[in-house]
Amino acid sequence: MIELRNLSKHFTTSDGGVDALKQINLTIENGDIYGIIGMSGAGKSTLVRCINMLERPTEGSVLMDGRDMGSLSAKELRAMRRKITMIFQGFNLLMQRTCLKNVMLPLKLSGGNREAAEKKARELLELVGLPDKANAYPAQLSGGQQQRVAIARALVTEPDVLLCDEATSALDPKTTHAILELIRDINQKLGITVIVITHQMSVVQEVCNKVAILENGTVVEEGTVAEVFANPRAAATRNLINPSNPENDAIFPEGGQRIRVIFNGAVASREPLIAKMAVDCGILASILGASTRSVGDKAYGYILLDIPGTPEDLGRAIAYLSTIPNITVQVEAEYAAKEERA
Amino acid sequence: MNFANAFTPERLQEAWQCLLTEFPFAVWETVYSTLLATLFAVIIGLPLGVLLVTGEQKGIRPLPRPFMSFLNVMINLLRSVPFIILMVMIIPLTRVIVGTSVGTVAAIVPLTVAAFPFIARLVESSLREINPNIIETALSMGASPLQIVTHVMLPESVPSLVTNITLAITTIMGYTAMSGAVGGGGLGKLALAYGYQRYRFAVLYLAVIVLVVITQIIQSFGTWLAAKLDKRLKNQ
Repeated sequence: MIELRNLSKHFTTSDGGVDALKQINLTIENGDIYGIIGMSGAGKSTLVRCINMLERPTEGSVLMDGRDMGSLSAKELRAMRRKITMIFQGFNLLMQRTCLKNVMLPLKLSGGNREAAEKKARELLELVGLPDKANAYPAQLSGGQQQRVAIARALVTEPDVLLCDEATSALDPKTTHAILELIRDINQKLGITVIVITHQMSVVQEVCNKVAILENGTVVEEGTVAEVFANPRAAATRNLINPSNPENDAIFPEGGQRIRVIFNGAVASREPLIAKMAVDCGILASILGASTRSVGDKAYGYILLDIPGTPEDLGRAIAYLSTIPNITVQVEAEYAAKEERA
Repeated sequence: MNFANAFTPERLQEAWQCLLTEFPFAVWETVYSTLLATLFAVIIGLPLGVLLVTGEQKGIRPLPRPFMSFLNVMINLLRSVPFIILMVMIIPLTRVIVGTSVGTVAAIVPLTVAAFPFIARLVESSLREINPNIIETALSMGASPLQIVTHVMLPESVPSLVTNITLAITTIMGYTAMSGAVGGGGLGKLALAYGYQRYRFAVLYLAVIVLVVITQIIQSFGTWLAAKLDKRLKNQ
């Protein structure tokens, strides 16, 4: 278990300073795939570097199974870094060494037996699907393959935690998907806790079970991915979930009746809901905006509907939609009031 | 001096004789004093170059600021003294080390002293070419500062180091020629002794041509080796 307690990081710059992290409190349980998401400059890279003390926190502490990372001696920290390993956006392989030598490097640093190290490294190249690339140099590999080698290298010391710093940001969507699958496999097969730093909500959606949203050095929202997706409270979260949210700059006509249909894990994601409402109630709703996603077999998100007709029609629409499990309906005015509070 | 008489058939004949009799030993002297001086300069300059990078305040093993300033100033001082002056200046040191200040072996001392600060700067620039993310990655694996130097920084910069040391060798060879003016041996001495003191310009030109050829060979070999060692180039 990793606990971040009141973690703050201040950088001194020529024009005063920057508070990159402000009083961060997070708990990452063993076996989690924990997403930390934020826009560039939100402080997520600093946060992940505080976990393995590549950056020293200005205040607060990082507890790894109860041990304060900041109080470790240089030697203890080096040993700990073999248990909390890291992969990066730029893969960062040694370009002058073969893939096998790259994967063996962490074991060589800890001074193990050479033959055992080579055996272990070959096993891991096998695990990441590149057994035939042992003698290839990184420059001969694609980005996705290089990241696989980096993953093998990160796993060779049998870590408890794998930190992924924008590990898929330099990859195309297809390769991203394959790498995320590998990360999930590793989490499930080897029981390694994974912390995923990203700016892409799709990455969190695909692999994480929990997520924290970071904005200007503060955690603005955290929870299970399902919860956060279903009901994003912070504006930053909504922007990340739907960066091209039509409501961000949409201007709706005055008057009219609008409702927000919120899917909170509704299983009936393939039901033609709006069409059925038209048939069953005779209400011809038009869709003003929508943002729904499937997480597993469940639907999360919302549809914004314009309901024509009288207040009675509105009432009937709300009543009809509310009967479906895991769907809640909010009248738009009510929603606006809620937004002011958030 | 009469330049017109420098290339008469008799003079050319004399130069040819000289090429056959004296040049082989002069070439040998030039080559071994260059290579030995380079070797000693690398032995001193390589660790200094590493310290210049690792010891700075943002480096992997920061050293006290006064020490780093001293190191930088010392290197700059040595680099700014013209070689021919430096050679005379350190005659006492040369005498302590070799026992004499005259001859090819004695010239290796000032050559080394002139070359090691140069090598230190070249090593520094080679190491600075390394992607800092790779250093960070090594840190994240639990590498100690010394391990980062030996397992990451030096191996990763081998092609660049080879290129830079080739440059150093050709520069040091230029210095050996200069050392001929103040007691050193080799092609430089030959060129000056014949060309400057006895107006045998044909010999001087021949010596220059041979120096150019040696430089070309060294440079081509260095370039080829650096390319061969660089695994970033695809399809090899």
